[in-house]
Amino acid sequence: MSFVQNFPFFSIIIAMFSGIVSSVLSGKKARAVSITAITVTTVLSACVLAFCLRTGQSYTYMMGHFPAPWGNEIRAGVLEGLTAVLFGVVMFLSVVGGLHYTEEDVEPSKQNLFYIMIDLMLSSLLALIYTNDLFTAYVFVEINTIAGCGLIMMSQTGRSLTAAIRYMVMSSLGSGLFLIGLSLLYDVTGQLLMSPAKEAVARIVADGSYQIPLLVIVAVVSVGLAIKSGLFPFHYWIPDTYGYATPTASAVLSGLVSKGYIFLLIKFFYRVIGTENAVHSHIINALFVFGVAGMMFGSLRAIMQTDTRKMIAYSSVAQIGYIYMGIGLGTQAGMIAAIFHIFSHGATKALLFISCVGLYKASGDRTDFLALRGSGYRNRLAGAGFLIGALSMVGFPMLAGFISKLLFATSAFASPHKMLITLIALAVSTVLNAIYFLRLLIGLYRPTKSGSFAEMEQAEQSGRGGTAGSGFAAPAANPWTMRIAIVCFIILNLILGLFSQPIVRAITDGLAMFG
Amino acid sequence: MSPTLMLNLEEEVSMVLFGVGFTMLLLHRNLIKKIMGMNIMDTAVYLFLAAKGYIEGRGVPIMTDGVQDASAYINPVPSGLVLTGIVVSVSTTALMLALTIRLYERYHSLDLDRILISMKMEEEEQL
Repeated sequence: MSFVQNFPFFSIIIAMFSGIVSSVLSGKKARAVSITAITVTTVLSACVLAFCLRTGQSYTYMMGHFPAPWGNEIRAGVLEGLTAVLFGVVMFLSVVGGLHYTEEDVEPSKQNLFYIMIDLMLSSLLALIYTNDLFTAYVFVEINTIAGCGLIMMSQTGRSLTAAIRYMVMSSLGSGLFLIGLSLLYDVTGQLLMSPAKEAVARIVADGSYQIPLLVIVAVVSVGLAIKSGLFPFHYWIPDTYGYATPTASAVLSGLVSKGYIFLLIKFFYRVIGTENAVHSHIINALFVFGVAGMMFGSLRAIMQTDTRKMIAYSSVAQIGYIYMGIGLGTQAGMIAAIFHIFSHGATKALLFISCVGLYKASGDRTDFLALRGSGYRNRLAGAGFLIGALSMVGFPMLAGFISKLLFATSAFASPHKMLITLIALAVSTVLNAIYFLRLLIGLYRPTKSGSFAEMEQAEQSGRGGTAGSGFAAPAANPWTMRIAIVCFIILNLILGLFSQPIVRAITDGLAMFG
Repeated sequence: MSPTLMLNLEEEVSMVLFGVGFTMLLLHRNLIKKIMGMNIMDTAVYLFLAAKGYIEGRGVPIMTDGVQDASAYINPVPSGLVLTGIVVSVSTTALMLALTIRLYERYHSLDLDRILISMKMEEEEQL
């Protein structure tokens, strides 16, 4: 056994222990520990990815001394490694990018709590990615929920408290359904590990017994995880949750947390139920319908918003819809598109959340469209970040969003019954995306005085501010950490957009290993 | 009454309880009752697991009198799952209760709708 094979376990345990250690550290030290932990786990995951790419196969890792049907297992393959690396990178950049604002928003005595939540979040995400055991997945789903709730309520405003309780209620519903699904599955198959469970499911399907319980299991687990990831019509907690947390929390929650559950669902379909059975159960069609509905509804609601934070949050509802639409196509190509969209949306949405804070700061902490007018000139880097993020969301070529749209469109051809709906939904939702993002972008780059751009800049430099009447002070310089994060996010987006071939190939290989 | 109905009585009761808890958590406006609903829902799952793990006429899965034969004991895995599940649900309950206290201190109500209304009013006052 190669030493690299220990790394998935190491990365989970490092993240978890850094959370435990941080509870007795000061905010600054907890921050350092947290950032170190994220860096180390990302490097470890990259090693795992490299190892799996080199050997060309996945492996299971026994936890403790009990072999397969009884013990607990971790499993790592190309897809797990890739997901862990990308989640790690997005998490790192979100934490670094929001560093300055976390210090501002969170009480000094509670700073270390914030980083504990980040550490726990990281460890639970890694565990969801790597675990081969369904009950372990349930436990880490709950840890993830608690950490997410902690992150939301950190800023301690009325909004964030109500958002947190709504999030907890919906998440508890989701976990309850997931748990009952697991219990039923355990009763039907007698297994909790994914691979033996899959064999048992195959036996059950072959001899035709327990068909209805199996259907119920697929339905209940899908609905539970769909609630937790905020699929339409279970999305109503999303706007407040993503909109009113601290920037890092918003970026992590919308970029990664909901994706962790979707990844678990994909694993459940591939590794436990088997794609064939999942497709035959028709539950996948329901996911498709709600995914398409979410794409439309999320975008329509985003158009109606006048507050940037809420607009971006509703856009997340639409993007989650895209991912479920991909899963709902029920083909290999659709699944690849969905997984690619998990990555591209994670990178893009985190970029949007981090960079739009720079725009708020340049507009006197206001978040409505009116105040943000011209802020693209007041804070150029944040403006550029937002521009790239928004264009990627709309599906501009060379950026990550374009590749996911392309993959969705091409994968639609493989499933004749859903082709037309998928293509129409993609087209309509792209137009809707363009409407709300471009409207905001045009606002961002609109000179606020009737005079020329040079005059406005002059007015800004003399400290009179850009927007008429509100008298903003000269824009505060971006903290250097945020500059780095925005630049790296833009690069990440370009990498996903320009060099998508190897990533798509890796996803394909990874899915084949799931098989 | 069909014989299978009586045979699986615990499971049926647990499903009914699960439904009751789920509905309470989803629809009740009172936060404390929501938390109660959540606990009923979780407990229902534990009842279900415990009922499924129990085998008539067998003992607790702790080795007694050196009997190593597995057929003397009930299935220990569901019991383990129940214990883990209890830990998880205690921590979520604690978190929900803490949140409820925070909200009550701030808005002097346990009614989620009322809390949302007063939150909106508070925000409008600030503007």
